[in-house]
Amino acid sequence: MASAKKDNVFAVLSLSGGNDGLNTVIPYTNGLYRDYRPHLGIPADKVIPINEELAFHPAMAPLKTFWDEGKLAIFLGIGYPHPSYSHFRSMDIWHTCEPVQVGVDGWLGRAIQEIDPKADNVLTGVNFGRGLPRALAKAGVPVASVGDLETYGLLTDIEGQDQRSQALDVFARMYGPTVGTGYALSYIRQTGIDALKGADILATAPGKYTSNATYSKSTVGGYMKNIAQTHLANFGTKILYTTSPYNGFDTHANEAVLHNNLWTDVSNNVRTFFDDLRGHNASDNVLLFMFSEFGRRISDNGSGTDHGAAGVAFAVGEHVKGGIYGTYPSLQPSEQEEGGNLKHNLDFRSVYATILEDWLGLSSAPIIGGRFDPVKFLN
Amino acid sequence: MTDQNVALMAHLLRRAGFGASRAEIEAKAAQGYDATVEELLNPESQPAIEEDLMYRCHPAYNHSGAIQVNVQEWVYRMINNPRQLQEKMALFWHMIFCAGHSKIDSGEEMARMIAMFREHGMGNFRDLLMRLSTSPAMMYYLDNTESHRVAINENYGRELLELFSLGVGKDEDFNYSEADVKVCARAYSGWSVAPAYPPFPYGRSPWEFRYDPADHDDSEKTFLGETGRWNGEDIVNIICKQPGTARFLSRHMYNFFVADEVPVPSWRMTPPKDKAAIAALEKAYFDSGYEIRAMLRTLFTSDFFKADSARFARVASPAEMVAGLMRTVGEHRGEIKPGIFQISEEPKYMGMDLMNPPTVEGWHTGHEWIDSGTLVERINFASEYLGQTDLPGVKALIDRLTAQGPRLSPEAFVDGCIDLVGCLNVTGSTRQSLVEHAQRQGELRHGTDAERGEFTRRCGEMFQMLASTGEFQFC
Repeated sequence: MASAKKDNVFAVLSLSGGNDGLNTVIPYTNGLYRDYRPHLGIPADKVIPINEELAFHPAMAPLKTFWDEGKLAIFLGIGYPHPSYSHFRSMDIWHTCEPVQVGVDGWLGRAIQEIDPKADNVLTGVNFGRGLPRALAKAGVPVASVGDLETYGLLTDIEGQDQRSQALDVFARMYGPTVGTGYALSYIRQTGIDALKGADILATAPGKYTSNATYSKSTVGGYMKNIAQTHLANFGTKILYTTSPYNGFDTHANEAVLHNNLWTDVSNNVRTFFDDLRGHNASDNVLLFMFSEFGRRISDNGSGTDHGAAGVAFAVGEHVKGGIYGTYPSLQPSEQEEGGNLKHNLDFRSVYATILEDWLGLSSAPIIGGRFDPVKFLN
Repeated sequence: MTDQNVALMAHLLRRAGFGASRAEIEAKAAQGYDATVEELLNPESQPAIEEDLMYRCHPAYNHSGAIQVNVQEWVYRMINNPRQLQEKMALFWHMIFCAGHSKIDSGEEMARMIAMFREHGMGNFRDLLMRLSTSPAMMYYLDNTESHRVAINENYGRELLELFSLGVGKDEDFNYSEADVKVCARAYSGWSVAPAYPPFPYGRSPWEFRYDPADHDDSEKTFLGETGRWNGEDIVNIICKQPGTARFLSRHMYNFFVADEVPVPSWRMTPPKDKAAIAALEKAYFDSGYEIRAMLRTLFTSDFFKADSARFARVASPAEMVAGLMRTVGEHRGEIKPGIFQISEEPKYMGMDLMNPPTVEGWHTGHEWIDSGTLVERINFASEYLGQTDLPGVKALIDRLTAQGPRLSPEAFVDGCIDLVGCLNVTGSTRQSLVEHAQRQGELRHGTDAERGEFTRRCGEMFQMLASTGEFQFC
């Protein structure tokens, strides 16, 4: 039975652009897969079999090792009713859990508020990447958004260590409490002090970090390393988030090459990430979730695939009960989602419910907008 | 000390445009305030942006389907359009008549909508509402394409009243009833979009508005107390006559051009900050027969706009922050060169994803632009550019400081920077912190090469520190 612990940490790697689920977890023995993927089908002798029916993309060997350890959950047919084929809208739905109305708050923003209602720790949630994903947005919830951990901070363009630290001194004084300045300026000053505090703490993470792990030089590699550094620095960060390069998984053309590169990068870095944490004896309380806003069209278009509906998602962690959750959506024409797409059979909010309840110890219904049957993928 | 005419002109150009270089501000101040207001209000009196040049250097801007390219073109226009108020009005309407790419999924349609705001944003409000109601992007965004004579979808009908014209209410009363919403939606049945092709594999083709009389509910309806066989156009005519519409538009203009107001949902119960100002704008609306230009003229020539209390009384939106800085420092102006794409992504990092507002209710403005993430982005972006002492606009500021005499006391130096960076209003405690910092480094001179190098460095550093102040977040 999974037990939520206070120091549990949840990390997300969002695969932006719409990952081709059909070529990620491949129904390699299904004749229809061969029919629909004349150009992009992965030959049966190249795939990495999971069982008699399903196999990983050949680039996912490092991820397969988690499967062998029994620490990888594969979510099949994951999605939501009435799929949107727009990147933005569909990502918003995954972020806000609002598939009908357009929502403003993110599910993890709400979760951070529940974990740290008074915002005592300005680093309860940290995002890596420029701009805050909607998942983490919530008024009154401070979330640091870090473009580059090595150089993160205020006034980073001031050259010279002394000059910059003097400027930050002046900053701290200018942002200090003053009376009678009006609400907006006082609010901005308080926010500035929070930001400075967060930046000061975060800036110490790279210095505290020693490791033999070799992440790749890619964006995903850099940010997975930053997530490890922040986690290992023990700042009390509970939610860590990053996104692969924007719309990188949007493989309308040249998918055979691109998709292979994308998964090589993701699989290697996720493997490195857990090895890194294990090397520091710090992996036990970490759960990593990977998802994409939608899957792709069942038929290939000759060179790539177009926007689709249900896709695949993954969870990795020491407390993950390795296995397959959800069922592979049928490729039979009569059972497809409108437009030649895979029909979802597992609502993403069911997976969120488990993460919130069983990992973070929060009540899920207010955060994801209702009750969803949890998927029991945690030990 | 700041010349008051210059400070007033800087205020006007920040609000009616995206700011200007110091030299431009002074030139306009010399030309006179009222003459500048008229120039702004009559864009055709100014040269247009050089579209030929823009499209030649950025062929991708022409009918691009990609949203990022359209946002980039818009930010380029904000920085470079000599007809600044046109561009500011495009932003004004985009922040009220919200439609977003997240649903529309066509960069070209988003850009067409913004172009419509640019072209007609200072015209007649009745005309603008008709253009909005026949905008294919808006019809699709608010599901009017799903509204049929036999199955009404109320989305556009409701938002037209609640968010685009009347507002929920004023003076604690309601401006319309639920029955009015239903009638309004019925009047718009049959207002739709010609079949939109799916985006793949060839990309979207332009959409067209289409009115289908067979799908329109032509029955008699009572809307806001008037009975007839109303169609969408009749609804617009009735809406424009309402005092609620005048109030709603006036408060939006006040919030956008004068001072931050409480959020829109509070307007029914919370009276305007400045009732007399709102009354003057309402009067201009009716006296002119709903002319937006007339309201703007009243606003920009009024005492409530010129007053000290209106200066820096709004938190700058990210678009104002980014375009304003580029105009001040003279980067990406005129010269077309790489890097404008990265600049155009900045507002998004600061919480304003242009052409993709979070919901139909738009962005929350005022202090809600600021959180610990967006504040870091704003400060670092502003200090990055104001610290580049070789940029033409920054260099010009340093030249002016140099011209103030062979020696500059720390106090005079700080005051000169505060003035030159944008006639800022900084609090006494902020000024004191900056003066103490300048005092530690002593008097400034620029007689020798070494002194000139240090002078330039200290100017750049002081500009960066000013860019980091809380006060700099206002506009």
